[in-house]
Amino acid sequence: MKILVAVKRVIDYNVQVRVKEDGTGVHTDNVKMATNPPDDNAVEEAVKIKESGKAKEVVAVTIGEEKAQETVRKALAVGVDRGIHVKTDSYIEPLGVAKILKKIVEKEKPDLVFMGKQAIDDDCNQTGQMLAAMLGWPQGTFVSKVELKDKIIAVVREIDEGLETVEMNLPAVVTCDLRLNEPRYASLPNIMKAKKKPIEQLIVKDLGVDISNRIEQLKVEEPPKRKGGVKVSSVAELVSKLKNEAKVI
Amino acid sequence: MSVLLIAEHDNSNLKVFTLNAISAASKIDADIHVLVAGNKCENVAKEVASVPAVKKVLHSDSPNYENYLAENLTPLIVKLAESYTYIISSANTFGKNFMPRVAALLDTSQISDIIKINSADTFIRPIYAGNAFATVKSNDKKKCVTIRPTSFDPAPTSGGSSSIEKVEPIDIPNVSKFIKREETKTERPELGTARVVISGGRGLQSGENFKLINAIADKLNAAVGASRAAVDAGYISNDHQVGQTGKVVVPDLYIAVGISGAIQHLAGMKESKVIVAINKDGEAPIFSIADYGLEADLFEALPQFLEELNKLNTIQK
Repeated sequence: MKILVAVKRVIDYNVQVRVKEDGTGVHTDNVKMATNPPDDNAVEEAVKIKESGKAKEVVAVTIGEEKAQETVRKALAVGVDRGIHVKTDSYIEPLGVAKILKKIVEKEKPDLVFMGKQAIDDDCNQTGQMLAAMLGWPQGTFVSKVELKDKIIAVVREIDEGLETVEMNLPAVVTCDLRLNEPRYASLPNIMKAKKKPIEQLIVKDLGVDISNRIEQLKVEEPPKRKGGVKVSSVAELVSKLKNEAKVI
Repeated sequence: MSVLLIAEHDNSNLKVFTLNAISAASKIDADIHVLVAGNKCENVAKEVASVPAVKKVLHSDSPNYENYLAENLTPLIVKLAESYTYIISSANTFGKNFMPRVAALLDTSQISDIIKINSADTFIRPIYAGNAFATVKSNDKKKCVTIRPTSFDPAPTSGGSSSIEKVEPIDIPNVSKFIKREETKTERPELGTARVVISGGRGLQSGENFKLINAIADKLNAAVGASRAAVDAGYISNDHQVGQTGKVVVPDLYIAVGISGAIQHLAGMKESKVIVAINKDGEAPIFSIADYGLEADLFEALPQFLEELNKLNTIQK
């Protein structure tokens, strides 16, 4: 069994994002970047499956500028075998990303593709489902538990009503929830070792896929600011204000 | 024929977020057809037919559609989509699951989770956990759009009588199998639509302590929410999570208890009309957006809160 994991470089989840004054986007200069959090869960799960002896190889792929390699390097440091970096300097919509990943899947022929359920920058929640559709594969989305059986994977999905269990034939795409596992930290020796692991670099235009964007971003603006209100000094005052001032209880 | 809207239901009843999606869709185009695909779901088809904003109901019945597996629904939607300009659904775990699959096969770039419609092709959607709003224009001929349900009022449900057209189910790929669904049963209002929500965070320290939250929820007829930290710690099940990757709620009153107010949590509740924060850390970020902040130990404040509520002659339900 071979597992492909897709990882994305995003603004670190702890950073308070600031909108650019000219409305063209958000500030990214000198801003701390990191792997999209649920992508870390995807890497962890793939590595765990390999450690259990059920997978032979785990390959991590990212699409992005030169520095996006850092996300692959981080995956290599926690047990991924090798990496692929598809280089591009422009923003690619999930549809284009899925088309690129499909090319990588056709080349690598994995039995499973793991990725985070959503990237915390554009919050689209699309790429995994789109990739599965393009490949004609089943999809397990928002997954918090994985069980590999013979030629089948059972996943527990986090849905609005609670939890749902679905079994899928392999090959399949799984998009991971933050609750799937606890991603490990890389040890210093493993970080050193990861520097020797190979990362193949591909150029997006060499892949021959249509990645033209279909959506124009006209403007990015700050949401209406919510002002903090008052501090109340007691529970009695709170209840009184809710009843008589806000009139919500 | 313009809008194909995909209804969410449990084969007996329509789920309310479909009505929010219908009302959003009616701001884009008045010609709305709703697909009700399920197993023995004719009652749902009838329910949808009575929604005045709906022009026609497409009813497709098959055991393969019973559990709305994305793999099984997608071929039907893609086939029907030939005659429509818009394919629309709600941006909850139902719509998020299948819509990108449909969009990919139609080779169209999906617009996820819109909160406002500027024109037939231009929409506003939150990005970066709602810390920025992007105005986006779709240049695709066919547009796949998911609607943030809490940003649109539900469409009125009675008085309509649109026709119901039977649609033949089509072959499914047979690559996935539904095993089971574990739904959390509750007598309380649904989190996504409740008038009042009271949420607990890591400050609760245990699942057992949620009884303090539950007691107030019962008193206020509120839904119970939670921060991701509380869900991750196992205090409460995942369907209670409010935030960027959980549910988005917009109640009249949101009470955050023992929640510090991480960006990811605020993304799910900061549009609430009135926000109350109870936290013993006076510097907690939640206070910066709360209308009423109470700096107090929740283990003392919550029993007092209940006591004060008990003193009131009337409480809005």
